Amino acid sequence: MKLTKLAAFAVAAVVAASPVLADLEFPSISYRTGPFGANGAEVADGFSDYMTLLNERDGGIGGARVNAVECETGFSAEKTLECYEATKGNGALVYSPLSTAATYQMIPRVTADGIPLLSMGYGRTSVSNGDVFSHIFNFPGNYWTGASVIVNHLLDINDGSLEGKTIALAFHNSAFGKEPIRTLETLGEMHGFDLTLLPIDSPGQEQKSQWLQIRREKPDYVLLWGWGVMNQVAIQEAANIRFPMENFIGVWWSGSDNDVIPAGAASDGYKAVTFHAVGSDFPVFADIQKYVTDAGLSAGDGGNVGTVLYNRGMYQAVLMSEAVKVAQAMHGTADITAAMMRDGLENLVITDDMMEAIGLKGFGPNFEVSCANHGGPGLGAIQQWDAETQSWSLITDFGAPDMDVIAPLIAADSAAYAAENEIASQCN
Amino acid sequence: MLYREAGDFKTSYGKDSQTFPLKFDRWAYWLLLVVAFGVVPFFINDYWLNAVLLPFLIYAIAALGLNILSGYAGQISLGSGGFMAVGAYSCYKLMTSFPDVSIFFHVIISGLITAMVGLAFGLPSMRIKGFYLAVATLAAQFFLVWLFNKVPWFFNYSASGQISAPERTVLGYAVTGPLATAPAKYLFCLVFVLLLAWMARNLTRGSFGRKWMAIRDMDIAAEIIGVNPLSAKLSAFGISSFYIGISGALIFAVFLGAVDVNDTFSIQKSFLILFIVIIGGLGSILGSFIGAAFLVLMPVLLKNIMVGQLGWPSDLAAHFEFIIVGALIIVTLIIEPHGMAQVWRLTKQKLRLWPFPH
Amino acid sequence: MPDQLLFAIEVALNGLMTGVLYALVALGFVLIFKASGVFNYAQGVMALFAAMTLVGIQKGQVPFAHLINSIFGTDIHHFGWHVPSIIAIILTAGVMVLFAWIVERYILKHLVNQPEIILFMATIGLTYFMEGFGDLMWGADLKRLDVGLPQGINDMIDITTAEWFGYGFFIDNLDIVATIIAAILVAGLILFSQYTKQGRAMRAVADDHQAALSVGISLRFIWVLVWSLAGFVALVAGMMWGAKSGVQFSLSLIALKALPVLMLGGFTSIPGAIVGGLIIGVGEKLFEFSIGPLIGGATENWFAYVLALLFLVFRPQGLFGEKIIERV
Repeated sequence: MKLTKLAAFAVAAVVAASPVLADLEFPSISYRTGPFGANGAEVADGFSDYMTLLNERDGGIGGARVNAVECETGFSAEKTLECYEATKGNGALVYSPLSTAATYQMIPRVTADGIPLLSMGYGRTSVSNGDVFSHIFNFPGNYWTGASVIVNHLLDINDGSLEGKTIALAFHNSAFGKEPIRTLETLGEMHGFDLTLLPIDSPGQEQKSQWLQIRREKPDYVLLWGWGVMNQVAIQEAANIRFPMENFIGVWWSGSDNDVIPAGAASDGYKAVTFHAVGSDFPVFADIQKYVTDAGLSAGDGGNVGTVLYNRGMYQAVLMSEAVKVAQAMHGTADITAAMMRDGLENLVITDDMMEAIGLKGFGPNFEVSCANHGGPGLGAIQQWDAETQSWSLITDFGAPDMDVIAPLIAADSAAYAAENEIASQCN
Repeated sequence: MLYREAGDFKTSYGKDSQTFPLKFDRWAYWLLLVVAFGVVPFFINDYWLNAVLLPFLIYAIAALGLNILSGYAGQISLGSGGFMAVGAYSCYKLMTSFPDVSIFFHVIISGLITAMVGLAFGLPSMRIKGFYLAVATLAAQFFLVWLFNKVPWFFNYSASGQISAPERTVLGYAVTGPLATAPAKYLFCLVFVLLLAWMARNLTRGSFGRKWMAIRDMDIAAEIIGVNPLSAKLSAFGISSFYIGISGALIFAVFLGAVDVNDTFSIQKSFLILFIVIIGGLGSILGSFIGAAFLVLMPVLLKNIMVGQLGWPSDLAAHFEFIIVGALIIVTLIIEPHGMAQVWRLTKQKLRLWPFPH
Repeated sequence: MPDQLLFAIEVALNGLMTGVLYALVALGFVLIFKASGVFNYAQGVMALFAAMTLVGIQKGQVPFAHLINSIFGTDIHHFGWHVPSIIAIILTAGVMVLFAWIVERYILKHLVNQPEIILFMATIGLTYFMEGFGDLMWGADLKRLDVGLPQGINDMIDITTAEWFGYGFFIDNLDIVATIIAAILVAGLILFSQYTKQGRAMRAVADDHQAALSVGISLRFIWVLVWSLAGFVALVAGMMWGAKSGVQFSLSLIALKALPVLMLGGFTSIPGAIVGGLIIGVGEKLFEFSIGPLIGGATENWFAYVLALLFLVFRPQGLFGEKIIERV
């Protein structure tokens, strides 16, 4: 202990003496083991590879090198806490635990410690209200916008009316799976569709009852809100009862390559909502190949490049690094702190030009973050699986959710949190 | 060299049944308390608190509870996770319903509520024994977790079903919520550990403990010599659940701050507590602490060495962590099936005789 | 017939089929418990490991590739061959025999005469070990298991029942195959234990360790034998479950589905495992169908245990378990 402290002092002294910039710390809270390890590994690979690319190609961000150290949690909330405590003292800029349960736990902690948290498409939905949640961001999408985008897609293919239709929601019986229920209920009242709830207990290895019920009741559409083994089993069971795959739509956590491949050809036509593009048909992947994979620096074995979850991990790294650039410009220093990072995230504006500059034109939607809105506009698109070519493709443009429905829900939920925790308005 | 004694000079029953019959041990015990209360709080930081000390203290409480049930009364339970959830959710309901009452009492009442639930699930132990009982307690585990996930009243109708601890203070210091300082949280848990360990020690050497051990060793024989199996088994279930409920309340309110019942109170937690008890030593108060220290510290230590010092990829390290912990459990059981407390007892005996072992 | 009754029959039939899958896992437990008194919690992880090994051999994966690559900086993943399913299954069975031998040699031998709870704990230690070891050997990614098992609705049953009742029943082809395989497996096990020398020795050991030893039966050989058999049963269970969900960590959690089956059927009875599996399968499916919607669903995880608990209160040794005789 003492030795490491001495060493740390020595390093600090050297750093202070020379003009070398400190690293930008991005702790990567990942899980490559445990029940969700297969998915966690892909996200972690994407994140880590993009950060490595920035170091190798550009020498970091704005001249400051990136240090993305992984900390394995096995999807356990306690290990996540340990990882957080172990890394927060090293100047961590932003966290992203990739678990809804862990996010709930970290929200008060990171706020107290002044470190921002980016929960991209997961976590507590109402953190979009930056007025209450000063340090938490969940752009570009959240569960409620995802649910709304799916319903909008269904409206589109039904000529604008879902009157009298039935929609079943098969969800992971946990915080994560319960999130969309309230939104879907509200939307159901609005558009006149019936919602059937089918809870599936973790891990979801055995779902025969639920799928027999679906077969009996013949809902028009089934939505899937699962993670891990639950997705593979659900898609296999849907194929078994010959449920039309194009009427089966997953959230973005139920739309990865892992979920559809085990069912083989039967999963052809399965859809999922997403907030970023799919495939590896972007110039940045050539750079990843050249600077990361070929140089032997990739985090995994390189086989995950271009999968849905790899792209999501990479997109997360992209958005974080763009926020760093914003923060560096705002504060005029390359060596930013967590507080500056928060400003960067809050003033992040993603445009076509920016995405083109980093070789990802059209990869994600354009959006703007502001103090009051930490969630962006919540644009989403629908992707569909082609079992023949083993690839996903986007079948719609990035469309807007029904914010008239979602905004009041977010306001109500965040107001309750603010009242419970006596949080004053942050934005005025 | 450590122990110097010459003969047995005890003159009263009180001296004979002392917890620490050796002067050296008494000194060590008081010194430990002084360090724990007087020194550690000044040096503690968030990492040590959340990665090491809080899990150690809280799991030690749960292990004490399970040790009463499994170690002293011989009833194996795999429902600890479910009972911890009862403690956590009771604590949450109490904290939000009676915000003016001190959290200290909330934690204790949570323990009492859990004891009631434990009594109910202890009833089948009248008929079912051994592994059948162990598997039967899993019914409690799965049913309770399902219940807390399903009934919205338990989580105050929040959208996601998560519960989060609001800020509560003891003597003016926050012990829950994000602003609570490390020393406050640590001391709060330490007080509970001390009180409960003291209570466990005195229960197990009193008439309760003797009845439990009689039941454990041979329940029919115990019945013949006049131990009422109903009251003995149920009291073991109740008291054990009281401990486990308190540890669940502390995990939720002080340690994690927010829990998802599927994740935090899953079957894995039940296994972890049982491991702590068995590795530490069945029927030993000290064993509960040693076991908790072993199973909390070992993964953290392994991770720090493999990832922090050797720089291995984190997934390889995680796989090795599983392999090493699994192997250590097997090796410990092979070398000393009575747990680490027994190793300690043997060492102490050797030391007392040293340097003349014969 | 009224619709609800038809639905209930369909649910019950599917429950029976699911019960067979539970029984497959439970069978492995019973074999080991009967012969060695070990409550082998590692049965689930053995199924996972067997399935991983099967896929690994089939696809020609290099074992420990990730470890080798990160130590030597190489980049190897596959041998580049593809092994036919049947050979891969035989090779995997060989690996499970080796596994059984190692378990006996390095764990069980040292734990002879320990209390049951210690042996149980040792198998949980083994579970941890195998979880890490399996992932290290074959990688933690999700693998597709394809040994040519049919999947999906059985058209013949669907059409026939639709003609008879006006409602086509859903029966999964995989479940039918699983039922047939389970029947063959159980028949094989019974024939083996009744008519072969080793089988009879196995039964002798199950009856009385010391008496078996005194007539010259090698306990250690029998233990290796039953662990190998349990490994083979685990392989079959892993194949069936893995065909549904792909091979991944969660496969090891099927052990939890087998525990209530064991409680119900008794730890020591092979027919008990089968009947217990069927009762649990039908019971939980019918409960979810009839009562589930009233109380919010997702009842299957706990209902199986509560059902088994109720049975046990009336029959503490399970349905087919040996009568517990207690003496002072």
